[in-house]
Formats: sequence, structure tokens, C-alpha cells
Amino acid sequence: MSIDATTPSGKDKPAGSILNDPKIRGFIYQAVTLLLLVLFIYWVTANTIENLKRANIASGYGFLNGRAGFDVGQSLIAYSSDSTYGRALVVGFLNTILVAVAGIITSTIIGFLVGIGRLSKNWLIAKLSMVYVEVFRNIPPLLVIFFWYSGVLAVLPQPRESLALPFDMYVNNRGLAFPRPVFDSGSQYILLALVIAVIGSVLFSRYANKKQMETGQRMPVLWTVLGLVIGLPLLAYFAAGMPISFDVPVAGKFNLTGGSVVGPEFLSLFLALSFYTASFIAEIVRAGIRGVSHGQSEAAHALGIRPGLTTRLVVVPQAMRIIIPPLTSQYLNLTKNSSLAIAIGYSDLVSTGGTILNQTGQAIEVVTIWIVVYLTLSLSTSLLMNWFNAKMALVER
Amino acid sequence: MNTHQTNFVRTAMIDQSAPPVLDKGYIAWIRKNLLATPLDAVMTIIAVLALAWFLPPAIKWLFIDASWTGGGRGVCATVAQGGSQLEGWSGACWAFVTAKFDVFMFGRYPIDERWRPMLVGVLFVTLLVPILIPKIPYKGLNAILLFGVLPVISFFILIGGVLGLPYVETALWGGLMVTLILSFVGIAVSLPLGIVLALGRRSTMPVIRLLCTTFIELVRGIPLITVLFMASVMLPLFLPQGMTFDKFLRALIGVSLFASAYMAEVVRGGLQAIPKGQAEGADSLGLSYWQKMRLIILPQALKLVIPGIVNTFIGLFKDTSLVSIIGMFDLLGIVRQNFSDANWASPVTPLSGLVFAGFVFWLFCFGMSRYSGFMERRLDKGHKR
Repeated sequence: MSIDATTPSGKDKPAGSILNDPKIRGFIYQAVTLLLLVLFIYWVTANTIENLKRANIASGYGFLNGRAGFDVGQSLIAYSSDSTYGRALVVGFLNTILVAVAGIITSTIIGFLVGIGRLSKNWLIAKLSMVYVEVFRNIPPLLVIFFWYSGVLAVLPQPRESLALPFDMYVNNRGLAFPRPVFDSGSQYILLALVIAVIGSVLFSRYANKKQMETGQRMPVLWTVLGLVIGLPLLAYFAAGMPISFDVPVAGKFNLTGGSVVGPEFLSLFLALSFYTASFIAEIVRAGIRGVSHGQSEAAHALGIRPGLTTRLVVVPQAMRIIIPPLTSQYLNLTKNSSLAIAIGYSDLVSTGGTILNQTGQAIEVVTIWIVVYLTLSLSTSLLMNWFNAKMALVER
Repeated sequence: MNTHQTNFVRTAMIDQSAPPVLDKGYIAWIRKNLLATPLDAVMTIIAVLALAWFLPPAIKWLFIDASWTGGGRGVCATVAQGGSQLEGWSGACWAFVTAKFDVFMFGRYPIDERWRPMLVGVLFVTLLVPILIPKIPYKGLNAILLFGVLPVISFFILIGGVLGLPYVETALWGGLMVTLILSFVGIAVSLPLGIVLALGRRSTMPVIRLLCTTFIELVRGIPLITVLFMASVMLPLFLPQGMTFDKFLRALIGVSLFASAYMAEVVRGGLQAIPKGQAEGADSLGLSYWQKMRLIILPQALKLVIPGIVNTFIGLFKDTSLVSIIGMFDLLGIVRQNFSDANWASPVTPLSGLVFAGFVFWLFCFGMSRYSGFMERRLDKGHKR
């Protein structure tokens, strides 16, 4: 669609005004837009400078070195109220990443289970999955967060009456306490073994693929990889003299001692994001599987491939091609929705930024940091996914 | 010769016998749909157990043990918590929802003036229902009334200050009313704006294309809450002193701009799906750019992406709940605000209020998605063979 083609070209040469020349008109339109934009930006900048001057706010990022003076509920790196604003933002960023990654993992698992469940021939499973999707898809995520936060977790018993869960975990209205692994010397060998196992698995599956291309024989890749990834670290664990122990939470008279605790803020945000996003992922998975034409699996059956193998080798690879692009955008949505943390006081990037904004009044700088961080996350994920998509895309001739 | 002795010859047809029990009726249905394979049987058993574990307590909490009437927190709290219920009681506190229902609908809108939002609601429904039913004619006029005239009239009715109506500032607005106003205006603004942005992104003029692309990608890359923060914190900085926007209007601008970026991408998807021949055909007929878009391209493109458009609407409707974070009281915000009402605070109040708010949100969103499914099937002309 080009602008050239849009103007009626009834006459051989434009009669009269040169304004009828589409090229010149396009040029004029753009020049006018640009001019308006420049004027607008100038106006906004002038107003901002004047407003800042009147409010006595120094612009610039110098404030990041100031003392924060507020505490955060949960932090992955050392932080106290004496730390700087910059460090507070880093804490917030890490918390955002933590809840996003945790949410992505669980929502993918729930989403795939429910999505496959909706296609199940089992009537009960299909209906239950449908109810799940229709309920969670049509409720605001913020409401789901509050549902967990003030509806469920806040009315759990006090710490001294904690509910015991399997694996020495306890849950109460202060959060979830779970055993904390303690790494003694020698545990680095386990990590090393894991790295070696992963590298070995990659090499082995490449070798197996090559072998299959040459001979048609398929090696037991899945079992070998599982054996390597689980077996080697286990072997290293015993060889190094079992260096990992667990600090188990113990129910004391008034409180739990030992172990690690995640607060109700993290838990409710994590649960809400997982359940909410899972309903969308389920729909994507269903659409992806339905999108593979029936003829594909019929052809596979006609070739004598067993149903399980048909699913694994014919349906899933083609379905993944449909699933991955929207799945990525759901992951991004989850990451962006994690900013709802501010509503319940989980210290994510937006929440800590909001506190800083209130304390210092550096609105422009803080909002710029937010935009830059979230845009970087989105754009880098998009780039990664575009690359992946191009690799997976159907190559025709 | 050996002849057959034919002692018995049937003169009438045998009655049809019943089909095998296992192939008909509920037994066959259960065998086919619940117990087809061993795995299915296991899953059915797990699902039934899960339901048996979850459903009875839920029903008991929601209906049987719920307290439906009462004038204060007493009916929703146990004796130890200062109420009248037995120890260990837990049930939904619908008395709270009933008592606060008007507040949940209208917020702090003055009680004597609540006929005004109700009138607007009635006008809205009267105009909305005919536009949703395909058989009713005069769609154009109806649309003008709904999207052009109604907002203006509603504005004056709600805010007052004219024709002897007392002035009601937007800070007093709240509840479902605010949710609906935000989403209606958001929908009415984001669709046209989204179409313009989508056309701009596909324009041949580099400046326009760059501008639209930048706007769309920027807005889609950041969470709505930062957009709302920008609208509430940064907008006042950008304007000259003395020129201020109402807080409500700022939220409205934020939500609309945010939704229009998503809408633009949905519309662009539709535009890309229209074969080039359509545009070329329109060009060869001598249509202008806007004629071509209005008469040829957009009707086909928009029809293709109705599900996406409605999904954006649903997303917008759900996203309006975020304005409670910047200190406005939409449905979710007002429900949360009332948790701390000393007259009603009890352990079950928050959950009851949230279940109610969730049900209202669910009703609207589910309704929209059902309607979009209906429209999709209806407009799906000429693509089936």
C-alpha cells in the first residue's frame, strides 16, 4: 500500500496545484507532524523545567546515592535502611525478576496441564479445565492477588499455631517457612557435576541426532540425559561426603525458628500471577494443539507410528510453533503484571520506586528508570523470541 | 427326495430388542466419557476426589453457613471475636455486601443525587441493548447516540452544575459506576485511536510510521501501573502552572492511551491479513486513501479480529481495577476500602467482599466474551464451504 496509489490519477499530468502530487503531499504531512511534535516537546520541556524550578527539585540521578531510610520486606541481596536509593532499586528489580521467574515456571506447568485437560476425552477433566479457564480469565489479576492476600493468607493461624505441610514446611499468617539447604565445603563439586552433566547431555543429544540422520537408529536420549543430569550430581553428592544439610524450621512456643520464610506478599503475588496467567496459557496450548491439522496425526498413524510417538514427534513440534509466540507475550504480561506488587507492599521495582518517588519527588527520573527496565526486559525477550521463532518457523522450499 | 418339515413359520416381525445395556444410556456415557482407558479412570477418580474435597466446604461457606442479614459485624464474627456466631464458625458475610451494596455501586456519590447515575445507567442500557441485537435497524443513528451524544449528556448529568443540578466532584464518584465509566470511555476512545495508530504504523511516510511504532512499542512494553503513575505524577509537571486536570480525567487518559496501543496491534493483525489485491482493487476504482480504508479494508480487517478486539476490551475492563492503586475508588477499591469499616471488620469480611467484586467483574467479562463468540459466528460469512 503506497501513498502514490491512493490519489486518483485520472489525468496524465497533475493539473494545477502541486499539492495534488502525492509525494509532495506526503512530505508536507510529515513536515507538519514533525513541526507539531517539536513544538509540543518544547512546550512540555519548558513547562517541566519551570515546574521543577518552582518545586525546588534538582533533576538528575544524583539522588540515587542518597540514604534510602526505608526497609524492604524481602531482599535477595544485603540491604538495610542505611543503603542507598540505588541499592533499593536493585533490590526491587531482583524481587521483580524472582517473582516473575517463579510465576512463569508454575503458570507454564498449570497452563499446559489445563490446556491439555480441556482437549481430554474425559468429560469431567475437560469440564473442570474449562471452568478453571473461564473463572480466572474473567477476573482482574489485582482481585486475585487480594483474594490470596487478604482473603486467604491473612486469616491463616498465628505462627505458634502454624499449619504443618509435608517436607517440614509450615504455613501461617506470616508466610511459608521451608527447610533451607546449607551448603558445606565440597558442595561446589555437585555444581560442577551438574554443569558437566548438562554439557554432556547437549553433546550426547547432538551425537544421537547425527547418528539418527546417518543410520535411522534412535538412541535412548531422554533416559541418558535424565540419568546424567540426576545421576552425576547425586554421585558427586555422595562422593563429596554429603555436604548439603537442611536447616529445618522448628515450631517453638511462640514462633518458628530456623529455615527460610517467604512472606505472604510474595506468596499471594506469586500464586495470583501463576493462576491468572495459567488460564491464558491453557487457551494458547489448546489453540496450538487444535491448530495442528488432523491429517498430520492420521498420516503418522498410517505410517505405523504409535500414538505416544505421534504426539511427541509429529503433533507437539508443530503445535509448539503456534504456541511459542503468544506464550512469550504471556510471559511478558506476567512480568509486567508483577508490578501489581505495589498494591500489597511486596518490594518490587515499581513498589520501591514509588516509595523513592514519594520521598524525593524525583518523578521523572524514577518513571524513566521504570520505563527503561521494563522496556529492556520486553525488547530483549522479543528479540530472543524472534530469533527462536525464525529457527522454528516452517521452512518452505 | 428329502423335504424339510416346516413346522413353524413366523408371520410377524420380531419386536426390536433393546440395545445392549453397556452401549446406551448413562452407563455407556460413563464408560465412554469417564472410564474409557485405565488412565481416564484414574484421572476421573482423582477429579471426583478433588471435587468432593473442595465443593462441599465451598458451598457450605458460600451459602449454608453464610450470614445473610444483620446490621453489623456481630453476625459475621464468632463469640471470641466479639460477635454472636459459635466458636469455629466461618461463612460468607453477605450481610456486609447487602448493607454496602449502594456504596459498592455509587461510591460516595451523595445519596439524594443517586438517581443521576441510575438515569445514566438506564439511558446506557436503552442505547446499548439495541446496538447489540443485530436485527434492530438504525445502527448508525444508534451508534452516534451511544458514542457521541450519551457521553456528553452523561457528563453533565453526573457532574452537575447546570440546570439546577448540584455539582458533584469526581472525587466522590466510586464503585461500579467508576469502573463502567472508565471502561466505556476507554473502549470508545481506544478503538478509533487504535485504528489510527495501526494505519500510521503501516503508513509509507517514515516520520508517521516511526512515531506510531515508537508509541505502540513504548506503551506495550511497560506495565499499566507505570502509565497511571505517569498520568497522575508526571502530567502535572508537564503542564503550565495553574492548568490542572481532574484526577479522574488523568486516569481516563492513562487507561485510554494504554488500551489504544494494544488495540493498534490487534487491528494491525487484521490489516496484514487482508490480501493486497483488495487495496489494489480499491486503488484501481479510484478511491481515495480514506475511502479505501473505510469502505474496503477496515470492514474486512476489523471483522477478522473481532475476538482480539473484544479480548482487548475485556483486558481494559479488568485493568480499570488498577486505578485503585493511584487512590481512586472503583469497584475493587471501594470494596477494599470498606474492609476497614469498624462496623463490619471481621475475618470473613474481606473474602466475602472480594468474592462479590470478583463475581461482578466475572459477569461483565464473561458476558463480553460470550457476545464476541456470538458475533464471530454471525459475521463468519462466506468463509465456510
